[in-house]
Amino acid sequence: MNENKTMNPITNPITNPITEGDVQSWPLWEVFIRSRQGLDHKHVGSLHAADAPMAIENARDVYTRRMEGISIWVVESRFIHASNPDEAGSFYDPANDKVYRHPTFYDLPDELKHM
Amino acid sequence: MDKMSGMFAAADEKVFQDKVDRDIRIEPKDWMPEAYRKTLIRQISQHAHSEIVGMLPEANWITRAPSLKRKATLIAKVQDEAGHGLYLYSAAETLGIGRDEMIGQLHSGKAKYSSIFNYPAISWADMGAIGWLVDGAAILNQIPLCRASYGPYARAMVRICKEESFHQRQGFEILLVLSRGSEAQRRMCQDAIDRWWWPSVMMFGPNDDASPNSAQSMLWKIKRFSNDELRQRFVDVCAEQVKLLGMRLPDEQLSWNAERQQYDFGPINWEEFWNVINGNGPCNKERLTARVQAHADGAWVREAALAHARKNAARQKKEGEGKAA
Repeated sequence: MNENKTMNPITNPITNPITEGDVQSWPLWEVFIRSRQGLDHKHVGSLHAADAPMAIENARDVYTRRMEGISIWVVESRFIHASNPDEAGSFYDPANDKVYRHPTFYDLPDELKHM
Repeated sequence: MDKMSGMFAAADEKVFQDKVDRDIRIEPKDWMPEAYRKTLIRQISQHAHSEIVGMLPEANWITRAPSLKRKATLIAKVQDEAGHGLYLYSAAETLGIGRDEMIGQLHSGKAKYSSIFNYPAISWADMGAIGWLVDGAAILNQIPLCRASYGPYARAMVRICKEESFHQRQGFEILLVLSRGSEAQRRMCQDAIDRWWWPSVMMFGPNDDASPNSAQSMLWKIKRFSNDELRQRFVDVCAEQVKLLGMRLPDEQLSWNAERQQYDFGPINWEEFWNVINGNGPCNKERLTARVQAHADGAWVREAALAHARKNAARQKKEGEGKAA
C-alpha cells in the first residue's frame, strides 16, 4: 500500500507534531472505551501519556469520571492507519451498485409470513 | 497560484461548503479551507485555555470550602474543568497543532482565554455566583457548539455540556442556601451577584455590529447564534432565576419589555471588557504566572515519566531478544 493511503487519521499528516524519537513530549494515544458488557469498544478521543499504563490511567481519569466505561483500550496514534477520504468515491465504489445485497431488493407477496 | 490549482481549490471549497450547508460534519482528514482550520484552532485552543485557567479562581476555595460535601463537589468541578481542557486540546490537535505549541501560546500571552477568569473570587459566595452565572453563560454559548460543523469539536462539546449542567446547579444551590441564611450570608450572596453579573454578561463577546468575524463563522456553522442573541437569552433566563434567590441583578435599567417579550437591560461597559482582554484586569498577571509556574514545576515529572517509559521499553526489548536467542 502506498504511503499516502496509510496516514494517521487523527493528526494532520502534513503538520503532525508527534514524531517518533521526539525528546520533548509524551506521545499521543487514541482511547477506546467499552461502555458496558456486550458492547464494542468505541473511540472517545485522545490524550498524551509517557507509556501504555499511564495512558490507561489517564483515560480513566479523563473519559470515565462518571462510570462511562468498564474496559479501556489505548493505542499510540501513530500506529493507526486509515483510508483516505479523498479517495472515498472509488474506494467504496464496488458496493455502490449491489442493491441485491439488501433484503428489500426482493419483491415477494405480502401473504408470505415469517420471512 | 496557477490557473489549474486555483480551479481545484475552488472546487474543493465548493464541496466543503456544500457539506457544511447540508449539516454533514467535517472530519480531520477532509479537505478544509486554511482559514477554517485557523479559526477553529484559535477558537478551540482559547476555549481549552479558558477551562484550564478557569480552575484557578476555584482552586483557592477547595481548602476553604465550608463543608466536606462542598469540598468534594468543588474538587469534582475543578477536575471536570481539567478534563474539558483536555477534550478540547485533543480536538484542536486533530487540526495539526501540537499540545506544546498551544501551551506555549497561552504562556507567552499570544493566545487568549475567557476574560472572566481575570476577576478575583474573594468570598465563598463567589463559588455560587461563578457556577450560576459564569457556567450558565458558558452553557448557553456551548450548547449550539454541540452542532458545530467540525466533528471532533462538536463531539467534545457534547461531553462538556453533559458535565457542565451539574456545575451550574451546584452553584445556584450554594447561592440558594446563602439566600436563606443569616443577614450577613444574604449580603455576601448579593455582593457576589453584584460583582459577577456584568463580567458574565460580557462573556458573550462584543455586540454583533462590533464582531466582524461572526458572519464567516456562521457561514461555516462554527457559530449558530449571534453574540447579542445569546446574551439576550442569558439576561432573560437570569432575570427570572434571581427572583428565586430573593436577590437582584445590579442593573437599574433591567425591565420586562412586553412588546419584545424580552428584558431590556442597561449599557455594557465595553471599556472594561477590552481593558481586561488586553491584560489589565484585576488578576491577569496572577493567573498567567500561576499557569507558567505550574507548568515549570511539573517539567521534571514529565521528563522523568518519559525517561522511565523509555527505560522500560528498552528493558522489554532486551528481554525479548534474550528469549529469542
